[in-house]
Order: sequence, then C-alpha cells, then structure tokens
Amino acid sequence: MTDTANGHWTSAQPIVSLKDVHKSFGDLEVLKGISFDVMKGEVICIIGPSGSGKSTLIRCVNALNPIDSGSITVEGQEVNDPRLDKLELRKKVGMVFQQYNLFPHRTALENVMMAPVLVLKEDKASVEGRARALIRKVRLEGKEDSFPGELSGGQQQRVAIARSLAMQPDVMLFDEVTAALDPETVKEVLVTIRELAEEGMTCMLVTHEMGFAREIADHIYFTDRGVIVEHGPPATFFDEAKDPRTQEFLGQIL
Amino acid sequence: MWDSIQKFFRDLAERDATWNFIYIYDDNELERVLDGIWVTLELSVVCVVFSVVIGLVGAWLQGARSRVVRSVVQGYIQFFRNTPPLVQLMFFYFALGQFTPTYSPDGYLQQPIISNVGWAIISLSFFAGAFNVEIFRAGIEAVPQSTQEAAESLGMSRLQAYVYVVLPLAFRVSLPALNNNLVNLVKTTTQALAIAVPELLYQLVSIYNDYSTSQNACMVLMFIVYITLVGFLVFGMNRWERRMVIPGYGGGGG
Repeated sequence: MTDTANGHWTSAQPIVSLKDVHKSFGDLEVLKGISFDVMKGEVICIIGPSGSGKSTLIRCVNALNPIDSGSITVEGQEVNDPRLDKLELRKKVGMVFQQYNLFPHRTALENVMMAPVLVLKEDKASVEGRARALIRKVRLEGKEDSFPGELSGGQQQRVAIARSLAMQPDVMLFDEVTAALDPETVKEVLVTIRELAEEGMTCMLVTHEMGFAREIADHIYFTDRGVIVEHGPPATFFDEAKDPRTQEFLGQIL
Repeated sequence: MWDSIQKFFRDLAERDATWNFIYIYDDNELERVLDGIWVTLELSVVCVVFSVVIGLVGAWLQGARSRVVRSVVQGYIQFFRNTPPLVQLMFFYFALGQFTPTYSPDGYLQQPIISNVGWAIISLSFFAGAFNVEIFRAGIEAVPQSTQEAAESLGMSRLQAYVYVVLPLAFRVSLPALNNNLVNLVKTTTQALAIAVPELLYQLVSIYNDYSTSQNACMVLMFIVYITLVGFLVFGMNRWERRMVIPGYGGGGG
C-alpha cells in the first residue's frame, strides 16, 4: 500500500455501508432493499443485466440520486440525511462516469486542477504539481495542454480518473467506465484502475468486463431487478454460482 | 483640408437646397451630432452590459429551487417581452417617473433622482435582458446534465458549477442568438427619442426641424452611423465567437 491511497478512515468498521436501500423513479422501483458493506481497501464489482439498478445504486453512494428509504453511510456519515454536507461527502468519494464528462472548455491539466482549487481552496502551485503527477500516473504525459475533444475516449477517461483522484478521495466509484470505449482503449483504462486497486484504494465498480471483475475484485455482487441475487468472492462466484438467474446471466456473457 | 471640405458642402447647400449637410460646415450643428453619437454609444454600451448581466442572473434564477423566484423571473420575462419597448420607455418615464423622489442640486429647482437617460437605460436594459434570459436558458439547456453532475460530484456548489462549467459552455451556444438581440438593442436605443434622451436620432431630428433643407443629409448620416456602429458590434461578436471555439467540441457555431 502506498501513501496515495492513504485514506483517513482506519476503523475496522465498513467504509461504505448500505442497509435496505430503496429507490423508485416514479412508479418504477429500481432498488428493492439493497444491503452490503465495503471495507477499506476493498474492491467490489457490481454486475448484472441492463436495467437492474447497478448504476442507480452506485450513484446513490455519492448522493447524485437521493434514496427513498434505508441507509447509506460513508465513513460513518449518513448520506440519506437532509442536513448532509454534500461537500464533505464528495471530498471522500470520487466518481468516474461512463461518458467521461470532462469539462470540454478546459485542458486536461485544468480539468484535473479545477476542483482542488475551487472546492478545497488549495494553492494553485501545489495543486499543479499534484495534477501533473496524476497525469503522469495515468500515462498521459505530454497531453496536459490538450482539450478533451483532442483526446481519444480512453485518454479522456484516464483524465477523468486523474481529475477524480486530485480530490484525494478515500473511495472511488466507477460507473461502467469502459462501456463507451473502443476495445483497444478499454485495456489502458483497466490498467489504470488495477494500479489504483493495488495501491489500496477502496473501489466500487459497475462493470460488464467479467474477466476484469474476476481478476480485480475482492467481492462480486450480482444484481437483478433491484435486488442482490448472489454475491461472493470471484472464485466461488464465477465457478459455483447457485442461483439460476446468475447462471443464466453468466452463461450469456462468458 | 477640413476647410475645403466644409467649403464644398457650404457651396453644395447653396446650389441645391435638398442637400444641406449643415452638420459638416456649421460647428454648432457638428457638436450636436457628435454629442448625439456619444450619447448613443453610451446608451448602447451601458444597456448591452446591463442586459447581459440581467440575462445571466435571470437564467441562474430560473434554475432556482424556489417556485416563487422562478415565477418572478417568468413574470418579468413575459412583461418585458410581450410589450413594445416604446411603450415601456414611456411608461417608465412618464408613469413611474411621477413617483420617484426628487432632489435639488441647486437648492432651487427640484429634479427627479432618475433622469430620462436613467429611465432609458433601465427600460432598455430590462427589455433586452428579458430576451437574454431566454437566450442563456437555451444555452444552459444545451449543456448535458451529465457535465453538471461531474462538477457536482467533484464537490462544486451549484454556483461554482454554474460559473465555471455550465456558463462557459452555455455562453458559446448562446452567442449567435445573443448577437442578434444585442444588435436589436442598439437599434432600439433610438426610441429613447420619445422621452427626449439626446441621442443621435433626437439630435438629427432637432437639426432638420431647425433647418428643413438638411433633412436628406440628416437621414444619410443616420444610416451611416448605425450601419457603422452595428457593423462594429457584429464584427466584434463574430470574432469573439470564433475565438471561443473549443477544439473538438461542437461545430464552432460560426
């Protein structure tokens, strides 16, 4: 474990904890009582068919989607609290999106520097040093002054990862981050995520990359129609799936 | 040089009574024209700036959580967009002007605290501002929700996301429509004539009322000045539009 992932949460308690989380969009109940814990330094993957609520679930963790009932805590802080200080939460939780969502009017370096300067009110010079180091870390040296529109999808996604890391979060959320990429560029993004995981960053991934999930995850959760159908460490999950829905899903995808 | 030009036009006026360019060879009339151009410029610049500020603030308030705030903005837009600017000018000056407090600069005469120029600025800025709110709203709606979410998930407040992410992108989308509206605003400043604001049209009408032979010459000058003035505005806005193009983002609008 290196110091880049040296979070502030040292307790033996789970760093992220979900208890009986329910969430509806109108009449459609997307999450029907989801519960699980993530320990510090753990990497979990959420897999499942489209529309099973995976993305909604991960977006609830940093309060992009408010939940209807149940409880989500991040480092002991209740996310489903109307008095929640969202800034405090978002300092702890970084998020990477399927569509990268970089700021197209800012260069790669500026994208990475923006939040620490604006949100954390950090000194520009020290942020710049950190931002350049992060861009090197995601292997984009020389692309500091490129605009997002001048970068490939995989490069943009790595800038997005660097941008998130610049806030020095304790937990990283990855929402299908390779789903919009060409097959050739998927790998470069996965390499970056693997390095993060190896450094001890707590990661929650929604992914369709089963091979990657198997390799990187400490724990796999399979969701279907708003519930966790089955979960387990990759070895048991992939080889000894018991539930017929899991078997069917894995049968289609592997 | 200038003397011979003045002489040429003085001779022309004597030869042909329909082409009396009195403002060229008569220094008093020349001064009235220059004053008029100056007031027109002042009025245009001040109204352009205020109307853009009103547009930006209004568009921000349109996204407010409070329904009351949103209805007030909507009411403002409907009122100013759906009534003629000439009627607004007269209403502001003659009706509201009655109720504004007065002061006495010389201890003798009472003067209203808002002059006719003041009312023209207020009325024209709010008139063009109403359109600008809608123009910026259209731009804001063109910024993907996901870009805003990225800003949010990096811990930015709503205001920070608006100022640093949404607005710079929305502005680029809005520029062509804004361009049109500002051109209209500059042209509408002539209506301040109705409340005796000494801008160019007012001065030229006064001149040809004093010297009826100068009517044609005054009309010619009017067109030349407005074509030049609006030409500069359009040229500047188009250059700005091109300079704001982001590599790899959109078509560039121009």
